[in-house]
Amino acid sequence: MSEPLLRAVGVRKSYGHTEVLRGVDLEVHRGQVVCLLGPSGAGKSTFLRCLNHLEAIDGGEVWVDGEPIGFRLRNGKLHELRERDVAKQRRDIGMVFQRFNLFGHRTALENVVEGPIRVLGTAPDVARREGLELLDRVGLGQRGDAYPAQLSGGQQQRVAIARSLAMKPKLMLFDEPTSALDPELVGEVLAVMNTLAADGMTMVVVTHEIAFAAEAADDVVFMADGAVVETGPPERILKAPEHERTRQFLARVLS
Amino acid sequence: MAPESSTARPEPRSQPLEIVRLRHWGRWVSAVVILALLVAVFIALSNAQIDWSSVPDFVVYRVMLVGLLNTVLLAVIAQSVAIALGIVIALMRRSANPVARWFSSGYIWLFRGLPVLLQILIWYNLALVIPTIAIPLPFGGYLVNEPTNVLVSAFTAALLGLALNESAYMAEIVRAGLNSVDAGQTEAAKSIGMSPSLTLRRVVLPQAMRVIIPPTGNDFVDMLKGTSIASVIGVTELLHASNNISSHNLLVMETLFAAAIWYMVVVSLAGVGQHYLERTFGAAERSVAARAAKALRAVPLTRGARV
Repeated sequence: MSEPLLRAVGVRKSYGHTEVLRGVDLEVHRGQVVCLLGPSGAGKSTFLRCLNHLEAIDGGEVWVDGEPIGFRLRNGKLHELRERDVAKQRRDIGMVFQRFNLFGHRTALENVVEGPIRVLGTAPDVARREGLELLDRVGLGQRGDAYPAQLSGGQQQRVAIARSLAMKPKLMLFDEPTSALDPELVGEVLAVMNTLAADGMTMVVVTHEIAFAAEAADDVVFMADGAVVETGPPERILKAPEHERTRQFLARVLS
Repeated sequence: MAPESSTARPEPRSQPLEIVRLRHWGRWVSAVVILALLVAVFIALSNAQIDWSSVPDFVVYRVMLVGLLNTVLLAVIAQSVAIALGIVIALMRRSANPVARWFSSGYIWLFRGLPVLLQILIWYNLALVIPTIAIPLPFGGYLVNEPTNVLVSAFTAALLGLALNESAYMAEIVRAGLNSVDAGQTEAAKSIGMSPSLTLRRVVLPQAMRVIIPPTGNDFVDMLKGTSIASVIGVTELLHASNNISSHNLLVMETLFAAAIWYMVVVSLAGVGQHYLERTFGAAERSVAARAAKALRAVPLTRGARV
């Protein structure tokens, strides 16, 4: 197989004396969907936030498309980047948050076109046209003028997905995208994510939706206590896990 | 309980029972007292030896209009400088740099702690201890080289005192505003590749405005009135102008009333301006953030009287 799009090697992270990540490895190839599963406190979300340098890592490396995220390689050393240079790297890495985090003072369409216009310098009329197409794609073509507070949680999350897609990212990170939603709204968000996966988007998804992982994931990574317990295709990890921790977790989640 | 409830049970009736409303005697009594007091004040004022007919003339006296201009100029410039400085100090207060944090805390402590009149007097008398202000250029010559009492006029001294004092309050107002914006907004901005300055300008500050504007408007009203302090060092603002007029004709109350009319006019205009500003930044008014901002407005962010 070719060089992976995302390669995390031995990622470590501590808050004070608490070690949250103790050397996490992950490889994601172009077009792959990888789901991170595990009990709360396992470090899944923290690890995801390390992948676009929302959290600075204390050790290890994160490479996306041949670039060390948060750093510049010079003379065999990784030099920390300034925040505004990290911002340039993040253009290619979309992120969807548990709590949507739509810009509350802007309409749905304004949320979507903000990045293209302000960051990429796209012409406003082009950005608007593409933004409307994206809203259409997530089923909200008619709600472009609505403010986030006027939208349901599921609609807000779909706008948030469209906002990320507007940057034409190489990689999309999802941080428990359905955990803050009412149960009847989970389906519409997962449907959009399924379409994205089918269209070949490279995705890393932290989720508790086992059914989504079983259906959409190419690989499932089970994490516990800041480390990867086991990795493999969903058929194996979800049906015949090798480790006791994984079995216990699945038994509890699926019961 | 059981036997009582059985006696209170309503019997079947053909007509519904009549309802007798509660008479609010306290309201009637307090209303009468208030009206009586107002009538007393009116009688007292109409019997007072005030030359009411001269008041409208004093309102449009030339020196009064100069005073009005200076009052408005002083307040607008001082408030603008204070807002700009306040944003900088608030950002320093939130900075990762410990020296910047320490400096901004000290700045607020000092300029909020000293009476504004004392600050104005210090600036006004600066020439006593620093006769000339000179900023040398690196390769000889001077950027500025002037006697202090030329550089720091009475107007400038008042401006410095008012602006620096207010900037300490503005720093706290801006900080409260920035803190009111959820950290998730910054993270979302970062995730679409926005730089820190773009994030601040496009995402954080606009949403902080809803929390910042009401106390700032409050402070601006305070500033308009607070410029009257500058009369102490001879700046011809409204109060000084009315004193000027009455020193010639001894109609002290009449000229003070004329100044009072102008203060009420500019303060009312400021209130109208604030209303429109709040509406501009409240486009997503029905949002959760707006409700949070409203709750924050109740927090006493501002001082009481300026003097």
